[in-house]
Amino acid sequence: MGATDQRDAATRADLPAPPRRRAVGQRAPVALLVPAVLGLAFLVLPLAGLLIRAPWSTLPQRLAEPGVLTALRLSLQTATLATGLCLVLGVPLAWMLARADFRGRRLVRALVTVPLVLPPVVGGVALLLVFGRRGIVGEWLDATFGVTLPFTTAGVVLAEAFVAMPFLVIAVEGALRGADVRYEEAAATLGAGRWTTFTHVTLPLVAPGIAAGAVLCWARALGEFGATITFAGNFPGRTQTMPLAVYLALETDLQTAIVLSLVLLTVSVAILAGLRDKWLINS
Amino acid sequence: MGTRFVRIALAGVMVLMTAGPAACGGDDDAGTSPGAGSSSAGVTGPVTVFAAASLTESFTRIGKDFEASYPGTKVTFNFAGSSALATQINQGAPADGFASAAPAPMKTVTDAGNAEGTPTTFVKNQLVIAVQEGNPKGVRTLADLTKPDVKVALCAEQVPCGAAAQKVLDTAGVKLMPVTLEPDVKSALAKVKLGEVDAALVYRTDAKAAASDVDAVEFPESANAINDYPIVVLKAAPNKAGAQAFVAYVQSGKGRAVLTEAGFQAP
Repeated sequence: MGATDQRDAATRADLPAPPRRRAVGQRAPVALLVPAVLGLAFLVLPLAGLLIRAPWSTLPQRLAEPGVLTALRLSLQTATLATGLCLVLGVPLAWMLARADFRGRRLVRALVTVPLVLPPVVGGVALLLVFGRRGIVGEWLDATFGVTLPFTTAGVVLAEAFVAMPFLVIAVEGALRGADVRYEEAAATLGAGRWTTFTHVTLPLVAPGIAAGAVLCWARALGEFGATITFAGNFPGRTQTMPLAVYLALETDLQTAIVLSLVLLTVSVAILAGLRDKWLINS
Repeated sequence: MGTRFVRIALAGVMVLMTAGPAACGGDDDAGTSPGAGSSSAGVTGPVTVFAAASLTESFTRIGKDFEASYPGTKVTFNFAGSSALATQINQGAPADGFASAAPAPMKTVTDAGNAEGTPTTFVKNQLVIAVQEGNPKGVRTLADLTKPDVKVALCAEQVPCGAAAQKVLDTAGVKLMPVTLEPDVKSALAKVKLGEVDAALVYRTDAKAAASDVDAVEFPESANAINDYPIVVLKAAPNKAGAQAFVAYVQSGKGRAVLTEAGFQAP
């Protein structure tokens, strides 16, 4: 998003704007350096703890256990599907919040961010009350189509999307607000319809913002636990994602839980690093 | 101005968050100081007990009675799946006593040398089938759970109620396809209460505690997996005298009365 802001600042100026000076290479004052180092240690030490306590000698056998790959595959699939769902619904929602003028917009924005502060377990219960077998929507789905969502993989996707969508909406809304409206106005004066303007001008303009939002959203969905176990339950191969497998492994076997956590950590870091190289270099 | 509002709101939240625990701490101090010394054998102060989720209702009551009998004490519980509690204790969680819903999690604590003395079995519990009120699916026997239109929740095999359920099903030769394997007995029961499943294998005591929402169906095969509940004082207990008094109180006539009323059997 930082890159977008700078580009805007440059394009908004009528005269060739002086290149913005970048603050790099300053010496940090001690008052900032000490807490910064402590903060870093606080975030990194627990990860180091996982690596130190990992049972490296038995790692191959533990990884080869059939349940591990099943849970990992399910986690990657559901997080990706949830991100897809969030993109389809979240980008238009972000556009409404950033561009459209309607009454109660502030209220809508506040509502969108509720899942951010809601304990995910409560989110799971709320989903049950709506999409469960006796839920307002769920009862109708069951009666009309014979579809029940709890305890299904679709339920996992729904739970993850519920928790992760605010991350996408906020990121995309920020990108839209930072984008220069004059490109869209120019497109409109050249005869482009509103939909064409959106797909050909707005979307490419905020693509980095959407990508960043999607990555955040995906990462949040991958780690989702509370809403998933509450709404979708826990069954290997169907609804048991990696975080659920870690939690249950913790009940009996700390070593296996550590191994599972390492797998999840490695995969997510690898994918985030890969995406960063492609899309997020400047942010 | 939007950001300014957010900042003010955040500041307010932080003030509340820091003030909350401080206020509670103040109350605790006020509660513990007057009784100190007056009660028997230095039993005073906070007592922290890690207890199986299935003990939630009865131990909460016993805790209140205990505090009344030993003025100056304050009993705090950590209720969760027994195995998770055992892991927490073995990783150094500051607990005084541990009550497990099965011998296996207790064994991991004694094996790690974290128990003071030998655990004693203080109650037994066995499984029933919890169904929605009025039993709409007509579940009468264990075999009824295999009907295609009956959705069943079990506890995961890693926790005692799941291990017991598996043992019961295996010895009875009943092949069952649950829709979910819940992390503890209370969440399995919650799925019945919410109407998301038609039946769950839970402890008799849990079904009894939720009698206003669910019905319990007894089945003879549950005699094949009766759970012993062991309790012990922990070696690293910050309040060993308090823990010993609590463990004794649980096994006293008063404690036993509460447990029996909850549906537990005497050991």
